Amino acid sequence: MWLFSNNDAPIGSERYFKYIFSYVNEQGQPRSRVFDSELRELQVLITSTDPECDAYPSLKTDESYQLEVDQLKSVLKASNVWGALRGLETFSQLVYEDDYGVNNINKTSILDYPRFSHRGILLDTSRHYLPLKVILANLEVMAMNKFNVFHWHIVDDSSFPFLSRTFPNLSQQGAYHPYTHVYTPVDVKSVIEFARMRGIRVIAEFDTPGHTQSWGKGQTDLLTPCYSGSSPSGTFGPVNPILNSTYDFMTSFFKEISSVFADAYIHLGGDEVDFSCWKSNPDIQKFMEQQGFGQDYSKLESYYIQRLLDIVSSTKKGYMVWQEVFDNEVKLKGDTQIHVWKMNPQYQDEMARVTAAGFHTLLSSPWYLNRISYGQDWQDIYRVDPQSFNGTPEQKKLVIGGEACLWGEYVDATNLTPRLWPRASAVAERLWSDENVKDIGSAYSRLEKHRCHMVRRGIPAEPLFVGHCGHEYSGL
Amino acid sequence: GPGFTNIWSEPEPFTLVVSVRTGGCEGYPDEGSNESCLESFSQLVYQDDSSAYFVNKTEIEDYPRFQFRGLLLDTSRHYLPVNSILSTLDAMAYSKFNVFHWHIVDDPSFPYQSSTYPDLSNKGAFHPMTHIYTQSDVRRVIAHARLRGIRVLPEFDSPGHTLSWGKGQPDFLTPCYKGDVPSGSFGPLNPTLSSSYQFMSDLFKEVTSVFHDSHVHLGGDEVDFTCWKSNPKVQAFMAKMGFGSDYTKLESYYMENILNITAALNKISIVWQDVFDYHEHIPKDTVLEIWRGTPAEIRAELGRITLAGHRVLLSAPWYLNHISYGQDWRNAYTVQPQNFSGTEQQKELVIGGEVCMWGEYVDATNLVSRLWPRACAAAERLWSNEKKTSSVERAFPRLKDFRCTLLRRGIQAEPLFFGHCKHEYSGL
Repeated sequence: MWLFSNNDAPIGSERYFKYIFSYVNEQGQPRSRVFDSELRELQVLITSTDPECDAYPSLKTDESYQLEVDQLKSVLKASNVWGALRGLETFSQLVYEDDYGVNNINKTSILDYPRFSHRGILLDTSRHYLPLKVILANLEVMAMNKFNVFHWHIVDDSSFPFLSRTFPNLSQQGAYHPYTHVYTPVDVKSVIEFARMRGIRVIAEFDTPGHTQSWGKGQTDLLTPCYSGSSPSGTFGPVNPILNSTYDFMTSFFKEISSVFADAYIHLGGDEVDFSCWKSNPDIQKFMEQQGFGQDYSKLESYYIQRLLDIVSSTKKGYMVWQEVFDNEVKLKGDTQIHVWKMNPQYQDEMARVTAAGFHTLLSSPWYLNRISYGQDWQDIYRVDPQSFNGTPEQKKLVIGGEACLWGEYVDATNLTPRLWPRASAVAERLWSDENVKDIGSAYSRLEKHRCHMVRRGIPAEPLFVGHCGHEYSGL
Repeated sequence: GPGFTNIWSEPEPFTLVVSVRTGGCEGYPDEGSNESCLESFSQLVYQDDSSAYFVNKTEIEDYPRFQFRGLLLDTSRHYLPVNSILSTLDAMAYSKFNVFHWHIVDDPSFPYQSSTYPDLSNKGAFHPMTHIYTQSDVRRVIAHARLRGIRVLPEFDSPGHTLSWGKGQPDFLTPCYKGDVPSGSFGPLNPTLSSSYQFMSDLFKEVTSVFHDSHVHLGGDEVDFTCWKSNPKVQAFMAKMGFGSDYTKLESYYMENILNITAALNKISIVWQDVFDYHEHIPKDTVLEIWRGTPAEIRAELGRITLAGHRVLLSAPWYLNHISYGQDWRNAYTVQPQNFSGTEQQKELVIGGEVCMWGEYVDATNLVSRLWPRACAAAERLWSNEKKTSSVERAFPRLKDFRCTLLRRGIQAEPLFFGHCKHEYSGL
């Protein structure tokens, strides 16, 4: 069984050969023919002149493919390598072992393409450090589920593991441990390249002005000193929006970020800004007066975000923001992507509002997979439809997809994989497949098999319900 | 074992003297064994920033509050590879658990390979070769447990929870009826046939010789009467026995017979609370296990069972298969097993409790992180003085450190909250 491609660069055919055949008993002898038809090769054809081998995938990437499996000729056609990767994954899932241990594949004709072009997983490496191996292993599972965006929520209040060349003190002081719990530039590069080889974009999130406690450890005067009456209390709040040094810092910092992370987009956060510290600080109170903001601190937040967005725009990156930034009426560029995450107010209403204002939007609200519960909660996850809100077809077109989020308060390398998978596979199907693919019964039996496939590849995806896989997980 | 153990040679020579009070090293751990001093010592050793090992001058006299500190694994809803069980035993030892309650078979599958009735697993296991426990596997588990001072308590639950038994043992389960005709489905074990009792007698003869524990768990929970009620032969039996239409009498009749079988084999039986709830006249030495109810119902049940003079185990508040978002270890920690209305004598009849990890949603992919460190909260509750360990706030930093210790020992215990361990889990 050979996988041929019509260009020289390996596009994953070696990897997929291993996925399909690594469990075959190599006895060194040619098997005598069992059936009349033996599939000898799968031809992979890239149809466009630019296969994009050396490029990075983007929101506009064409991931469609055509797969024809026939005893005479089997062909996988795609316009670029990204579509071919998706097709190879499908092909690998069509191969099954019969009771004799022989690999089979049925005559097949598939024309496939995703419903949504942004299909992401968020991992949080601040609440808990995730070793590099864990991130890479997760990218493998993502590729198996046709996810194409890794949203790396890399820093937050708890710790700052990103080793910045420009500001090395950020991780020196802000990481859980400056040597063992950091991501070096080499680490970051390897994540980006590993992802690229699987058709996955890496979108980094540097969330400000809230969620920045760990930043202040290595960057003095970045955070707002909170006051208790007329003297500083010793604690700190969000980023200080009134100092020029803040914006100088952000300019240099995001210059580095925009060169380290290749994707066209950066996520700037902007969620859950607690105003109480700003309110307590007399310098900020004075600034509020000067600017004519009155007592409306969301205006101060918008002032900060506006300046930040201008800084980031000059790096030529597009940006994604959490919904608060839109809700607070900050002036946003037309290609801004609004990330809807709240359950209250109703996310369907938020989607309607955001798209009515003409912005692209992604959905995460019902897909917070860190929220575990007893039983088959994958079903609720599966039933969500990102386009089920009151709006025109034009509005619905502005929904670019969604992301399953695995926030890290209770998650690290010990429990990440079984907590994320196979529940995230329900999100994967919802984001790739046609909206009419929604029968729970059919989904259950297919997801059960898919879960066993993942286990077969050594991935500890947890069970859906009572039962078994032919090959159980044994990677203790 | 007994003797001297030299741990370090610098900066000062250190000698740990371990003396064993009862039984020596060859015997099987009984309910009274104390075996945990080496474990405590190992937890007192710590590393400083330069990775040198230290232990402080320490004097400890320690003993458990409860003698029965158990952990239940369910290998029927999902098959658990033997290695999973062995590593669970390791982690149990670290937390001073001393009973492994092996809920080995149930409705979905029968993985236990019986030498008397090999068809039970041939037909009833998820797969007759890859999803079974051979006699050798069972011996291995028992040996591994023994070396850690852990008893292995087998449970062969009947008359309910037996669907998989019927696959390899025809005429064992009750055929359900739809009107006058069999519907094709089956219910609990058929208590009207003498063949059922002969079978159970043979099976328990084997089970009690394979598993050497002084106790055996007979189950007896959640018996659904609808199938029995539908079957004309069962109805006829009810009439013959004068049970009227009270099917709890039929269940009691069955359980009484089984309790006689195990008594004749010189074993003490443990059963789920249902057996007591339906039938208050059971052998005095039968141990009841409380598995359900609101806190108030549990307290009431504790009172009733101990008033009747029976020993009781508590597992209802420790169903760790029930997961939820957040630090739910605190719920397991704040359980008060002897907080019910009763005399001192009654309270002494609470011999301990069990963490239960039922297997509907659990297998080797998520067992370890779901069990640990949450089970440790129950472990402390079962070992330690309740007054001295009532504060969740004071327990948190110790449990956090202990979780990092488990990681270092290769146990994939999940985090309690955000933070880090010096050595993160890397066993990918």
